[in-house]
Amino acid sequence: MSSTLQSRWWGWGFRSAVMLYFVLLIVFPILGIYGQSLSAGWGAFADNVTEPLAWKAVALTVKLALIATIINVLIGTMAGWVLIRYRFPGRKLLNSMVDLPFALPTAVAGLMILLLLGPQSPVGQWAERLGFTILFHQPAIVIAMVFVTFPFVIRAVQPLLEEMDPAEEEAAYTMGATKAATFFRVILPNMAPGIASGAMLAFSRALAEFGAVVLVAGNIPGKTLIASVYIFGEIESDNVVGATAVSVILLTFSFLILWFVNHLQTRRKGR
Amino acid sequence: MRRLWILLTFVVFALLLGAPVVRIAMGAWDQGWSGFAGGLTRPEALHALWMTTLIVIAVTVINTFFGVMLSLYLVRAAWLGPKLKKLMNSIVDLPFAVSPVIGGLMIVLILGPETALGGLLGSAGIKIVYALPGMMIATLFVTFPLVIREVMPVLQEIGNQQEEAASTLGAYGWTTFWRVTWPSIRWSVVYGVVLTVARALGEFGAVLVVSGNILFKTQTATTLVYQDVENFNLTSANSVALVLAAGSVALLLLMEWAKSRQGHH
Repeated sequence: MSSTLQSRWWGWGFRSAVMLYFVLLIVFPILGIYGQSLSAGWGAFADNVTEPLAWKAVALTVKLALIATIINVLIGTMAGWVLIRYRFPGRKLLNSMVDLPFALPTAVAGLMILLLLGPQSPVGQWAERLGFTILFHQPAIVIAMVFVTFPFVIRAVQPLLEEMDPAEEEAAYTMGATKAATFFRVILPNMAPGIASGAMLAFSRALAEFGAVVLVAGNIPGKTLIASVYIFGEIESDNVVGATAVSVILLTFSFLILWFVNHLQTRRKGR
Repeated sequence: MRRLWILLTFVVFALLLGAPVVRIAMGAWDQGWSGFAGGLTRPEALHALWMTTLIVIAVTVINTFFGVMLSLYLVRAAWLGPKLKKLMNSIVDLPFAVSPVIGGLMIVLILGPETALGGLLGSAGIKIVYALPGMMIATLFVTFPLVIREVMPVLQEIGNQQEEAASTLGAYGWTTFWRVTWPSIRWSVVYGVVLTVARALGEFGAVLVVSGNILFKTQTATTLVYQDVENFNLTSANSVALVLAAGSVALLLLMEWAKSRQGHH
């Protein structure tokens, strides 16, 4: 009897500890930032959001993240396809390299891109001769975003390709469809949900990226200053309301995307 | 056609992933061994690596424990209603969507020296923000979903028949967990732990905001790399970055291994 009682106490203690941890660590801070952004009233919030440098930073982030996502959709779909469908020497190596950007510290990724594209590097000099600079300009930001979000589309497409029934494809060929027609009419629709959810995760990560971008962007207000770096600058200069206002916009954006991806995935599983 | 696609994939991987890694490995040696060793054995570098180690250990232990417990509750617990479970399940993912800088800002807003809570703790002599505890909390926040996202699907998949059988036969909660549940989730936990270590090792944005990046006090390996780059001290930045990169590659190999074990547990 006493041991059951004891274990019930233990169970109760564990439950409250775990729930408390969850609420204090995750729920509380997120609610806190929404509360704080409105602490000085709607007027102050609106002022900080409509501040030209702030909305320029947000708009620039969205634009560059979109470009990075499109690039990742293209190369990610291709790489996912090649890694699943073809057998060739080095396939396993490439497949394990896919996760590298997730494992690598973002500041290290930023440093790598900085060294690779800098004015002294071959790439930098070559671009210089063609008359444009990459580093500390928008292309460098896009490259950093592409690097950091590289695994998302590949990892979302691969399981779909693995599950796909080869019969569908064979049927298309038997009925005389060309390779291109089979790809666009049969294979691509099967991959589409994976591409979509991978792209959205990549987009939300690109919106949020800080470490890799801050080192290569140059951070010129209105030109190469993205939202997360803007927030960092506002924190450094003690403008908490400005920082929280932009944070809330960025957060709401990301939450909506996350919610949509979850919705998409549960619907797919439900079928 | 097939050849072309394979070649193109190799080119993308070489340019996007291969070249940066090779470049940083070479950059660390551009002043020879002494440059590399000098950058790494600077007192500030040693201190920063020590801070990173402390954070990684604390965060991994805490989040593994709470992660496994919460996954068990979210999948099995009868005392949580299905609606609440669903809500919590979606909240678990939120740290993925939060920019690390914003994650750091949240902690400063709640526990910073000017807030009520921070002031109270400060007067009791406990410093959270701009000190090690705050950096740990920031990293805990960022790495929170990793273990849960690995363990929950496995728990859902194995079902609870075996566990029920064990408790019908009279096994206590702990015995059931260690003898029945643990062996099936073991490799997913390992995988989640490796992901947590990798993320904690590399966390930058959140830690930068919370720590204030104070030399010899709250500087971690990644924020040191950042500061070195800002000071145009590239060789030293490279040597620390190379150590971090080597660590991540080792973790990547460990991940592959854990994944292959996860496949046939």
